[in-house]
Amino acid sequence: MDLATALQILDSMLRLSAPLLFACLAGLFSERAGIFDIGLEGKMLASAFFSAAVAAFTGSVWLGLAAGLTASMILAMVHGLASITFRGNQLISGVAINFLASGMTALIGQNWFKIGGRTPSLSGDSRFLELDLPFADALGAVPFLGPTYRDLLSGHTLLVYVALAAVPATWWILFRTRFGLRLRAVGENPEAVDTGGLSVTALRYQATLICGFLCGLGGAYLSTGLAAGFIRDMTAGKGFIALAALIFAKWRPGYALCACLLFGLLEAISIRYQSIEIEGVGTVPLQLMQALPYILTVIILAGFVGKAIPPKAGGQPYVKER
Amino acid sequence: MNVANAPSRQETAAPAIELTGISKAFGPVQANRDISLAVQPGTIHGIVGENGAGKSTLMSILYGFYRADAGEIYVNGDLVSIPDSQAAIRAGIGMVHQHFKLVENFSVLENVVLGAEEGYLLGPSLDKARTLLTELADEYKLEVDPDAIVEELSVGHQQRVEILKALFRKADILILDEPTGVLTPAEADHLFRILKSLRDEGKTIILITHKLREIMAVTDTVSVMRRGEMTATLKTSETSPQHLAELMVGREVLLRVTKTEAKPGDKVLKIENISVTDDRGVKTLKGISLFVSKGEILGIAGVAGNGQTELLEVLGGITPAEGKIKVNGEEIQCSGPNSDARTRRSCGIAHVPEDRQRLGLIMDFFAWENMAFGYHHDLRYNRNWLFMNNVMMRSVTADAMSRFDVRPSSPTALARSFSGGNQQKIVLAREIERNPSILVVGQPTRGVDIGAIEFIHQRILELRNAGSAILLVSVELDEILSLSDRVAVMFDGRIIGERITKDTDERELGLLMAGVTDQAT
Amino acid sequence: MTGTMPKWADVLLIPLINLVLALLVSGIVVLWIGENPLEALRVILVGSVGSAYGWGYTLYYATNFTFTGLAVAVAFHARMFNIGGEGQATLGGLGAALVCLSIDWPHWTLAMPAAILGALVFGAAWASIPAYLQARRGSHIVITTIMFNFIASALLVYLLVNVLKPPGQMAAETASFPEGAHLPSAHEMFAWIGVSFPKSPPLNVSFLLAMAACFFVWALIWRTRLGYSIRAFGWSETAAVYAGISPFRITMITLLISGALAGLMAVNSVMGEAERLLIDAVQGAGFVGIAVALMGRSHPFGVFLAAVLFGILYQGGAELEFELPAVSREMIVVIQALVILFTGALDNLVRTPVERLFLKFRPRPA
Repeated sequence: MDLATALQILDSMLRLSAPLLFACLAGLFSERAGIFDIGLEGKMLASAFFSAAVAAFTGSVWLGLAAGLTASMILAMVHGLASITFRGNQLISGVAINFLASGMTALIGQNWFKIGGRTPSLSGDSRFLELDLPFADALGAVPFLGPTYRDLLSGHTLLVYVALAAVPATWWILFRTRFGLRLRAVGENPEAVDTGGLSVTALRYQATLICGFLCGLGGAYLSTGLAAGFIRDMTAGKGFIALAALIFAKWRPGYALCACLLFGLLEAISIRYQSIEIEGVGTVPLQLMQALPYILTVIILAGFVGKAIPPKAGGQPYVKER
Repeated sequence: MNVANAPSRQETAAPAIELTGISKAFGPVQANRDISLAVQPGTIHGIVGENGAGKSTLMSILYGFYRADAGEIYVNGDLVSIPDSQAAIRAGIGMVHQHFKLVENFSVLENVVLGAEEGYLLGPSLDKARTLLTELADEYKLEVDPDAIVEELSVGHQQRVEILKALFRKADILILDEPTGVLTPAEADHLFRILKSLRDEGKTIILITHKLREIMAVTDTVSVMRRGEMTATLKTSETSPQHLAELMVGREVLLRVTKTEAKPGDKVLKIENISVTDDRGVKTLKGISLFVSKGEILGIAGVAGNGQTELLEVLGGITPAEGKIKVNGEEIQCSGPNSDARTRRSCGIAHVPEDRQRLGLIMDFFAWENMAFGYHHDLRYNRNWLFMNNVMMRSVTADAMSRFDVRPSSPTALARSFSGGNQQKIVLAREIERNPSILVVGQPTRGVDIGAIEFIHQRILELRNAGSAILLVSVELDEILSLSDRVAVMFDGRIIGERITKDTDERELGLLMAGVTDQAT
Repeated sequence: MTGTMPKWADVLLIPLINLVLALLVSGIVVLWIGENPLEALRVILVGSVGSAYGWGYTLYYATNFTFTGLAVAVAFHARMFNIGGEGQATLGGLGAALVCLSIDWPHWTLAMPAAILGALVFGAAWASIPAYLQARRGSHIVITTIMFNFIASALLVYLLVNVLKPPGQMAAETASFPEGAHLPSAHEMFAWIGVSFPKSPPLNVSFLLAMAACFFVWALIWRTRLGYSIRAFGWSETAAVYAGISPFRITMITLLISGALAGLMAVNSVMGEAERLLIDAVQGAGFVGIAVALMGRSHPFGVFLAAVLFGILYQGGAELEFELPAVSREMIVVIQALVILFTGALDNLVRTPVERLFLKFRPRPA
């Protein structure tokens, strides 16, 4: 494999990792605060649809983004209402939200555009366009580093860079700010937070909203950055891969980046090659590549390669002791 | 009704805390009734009372967990309203809960600043806390490694973190709820030294406990609570444990069940060198050996958390152990597949667990389903290899309920709908009605009303007289003294001493419970 | 506070209120799209239960949902959320297909038991790995079964494309099953007793199998020692250990039964309807099972009623698309989502006020 091919695959990895990264960090905020969220998929899907739809109507990708974020955060509020206020089952709420998003986007999409649940193709200002980093072309001549800079790092849409920047930002918020300390505490022992005179409810709602915001970014990127428009169920399990990445990353931002890049790479390879020959092993089928993130996550969950310990209070509604 | 501003220091005459006419009801239960209390600044004030006397409720009101139905709270002479913990903290009140409220995988520093951070960034708060911790460590013997992860600390150190949390929030009034329940005697003594030095620096301390020894050892004044009411407030130096005990219970204590002389037979249950190591690698039982004979009650006394729970769970087949257990001379498995609770029952060991709600009953099962619980393999409860005999289970339950005077006597009521005493009677009925050759019973009367206590004691004695070997674990020394024929005292996972009940007294057992061994005396 | 409500309120009133709320919100969605919700409701009802033809489809769907609903319900009794019905049913389909294609079956009475066995063994086998990981290594069953759904779908695509597809065929599906593996349809069965029933609906003898499965689960949960142990474990694991019930054994057995029930769905959909194995033969029925189990309060009778309800929605939804083009069949997914949301996650929204009402009007104890 030559450098150019490798760079192409890695470039595609970055593109494909970005939505995973958004969703994974979204899940990280939520689960660190003790709210399990298997509705990442649904929130991304809702955002993907409303971003593309509003961008198509208005011609402005920014208005689209705002609509996508709003849709995703509304679903996040529903999840918060179910799991915080009404102390319902967080997993069931997540399942419901996934279906709600899947049904609503297809229903409304068909109703608004009447082209099989898709939105019209987006172009120009109604999409996030690829940005060229400064001096990309000029530096392209430098051996190795030049093409790497030009072909791999440069030429992505704004949201890809936002996703990458979100990783250190998340780390900083979680481990260097007051809010982060409280957020982590509420996911480990909400009683400690409550007796400390803080509101468990408020903290958890904040985490849920951040989760909705980040899922919104991920969804908007899918339909207005990565693709040029919405198609039915376009998240295609990305929310669940992100969830897998989150477990793979043991709920840590840095590891989350690695996990998302890995899963993005697997996807990039499976898109580029229909099948892969490995010397001495034979053909690796495409489907195995697609299933690999899930298989790896199960192995991690099984504790064969390091133990993934979720936040202690995760999944349980907080009830004040009598 | 506003929170007071800076507490005015001039009025030294005003009590640090004054409660007037506090009442609080939970549904039909009156937890606190018209309670008035004044705590002088710079003193250690004890509040004693039996379990369920309303101590914790009162303190929860003071700390803003509950709102009182009636009554007023004054802090340093100023009327305050304490709707939540935040208001309590602002009023200068700190609380050390019985069950620590710490984030276990956080460092000590992170736990101390949580909720009391200054500014949006964490760094400055942590630095400030680090400085303060060093100061406090010198001043009050409150040494804790600021960077240690809390779950790796001993229980005594975790408690210090709780105290540090309160001091970091500038608490002048410190409430400690049953602080020694989980401490070793050495840790408890250290705690008392800390409390005394805090008092000498002018802090006010409220100590809630049901242990009279601690009241006598550390407090300046003491208030007694009984059934939701405050029955007396006294100077500690002017009272005696006996007097306090009478005030607490409201009747002459040492009301002993009349019992006949034991006629011990063969050694039915014999355990040799039993040890247990928990998940965290801590040895909770360290080579226990004991025996119980037919027709005898062996009482296991001790401060809670010295291995009694583990001993019960080993005998009940819940926790695997190393060592030997012999029933009627035959060795049974201590670990591995044949050491489970079902096998234990088939050896004739019945087990009344300490915690009936967590272990002994399925709270959402009907009484009749609970009556077969653990014995659901019994032939009489099953029609054939596949189906159970629900009709039989109901009729057995109806009989047992009437014999044990369970109220309401309805087999089709859910376990959770019964009162604590009646739940306990269901468990006892299930275990005792089978005339087990060995009964292992933990805290048989915890949370049970007085009337039911006597009933339960009678039943246990009847079982003894019928020839069962009974191992009784209780933290209530009275109960041990009135029921058992022999007493073994557990301390730090070991049996530290053994006495014939009629040749010993509370004082001697108390010393043993505190870890003072025979050799040391 | 529990035990404040009569049982009928818990099992009937609250699910009904939840359902009404879900339908109400769905109605608002229909209104927003610009159609008349009452008209939509009429179309759904007429299309699904207004004719023998409609019933034929409704009950066919209900059969699928009964199996997947029972699968979720059985696991619920042990306090486990088996979200992997989709994958287990996929593998059940594979099992049934392998059995049907293995020999040239002489008669369906022989083929059906064999296919049942194939479906339930494969379904249970697919549940066994998450079950073992949950029981022995504490890996959260919800996450592992989600992962196994995706792995199952990848596995099936691989097998259909590379192994099972007859040579020279374009579509990724198996060959049609032999004539002897054809299950009698409702049309044929009604003909035996001289009643005419439309030919096209896919309702078949598997419906009776679903009824039998309901009875089996009821007896299992409420009449057997195993069911007693499963329920005890579900309410309290610590108490179960106290009673000598092995958490490992109960976790394994419960999830194997659950997986087997999900796998059985294939007898209806793969063997009874498609008569060959297609990609995506399950079509979300595994997930509908969640809604069905929640609505049915994990009771087999409730599960059956809820399955029929969802059968009505699925069949009616298909009709809806013809009659009111503005309302596509995804409306059904929305209703399904709302039912899950209201009965599963927002249960306390209804429960708390209803409990208060009962508390208020409770006859005072004398």
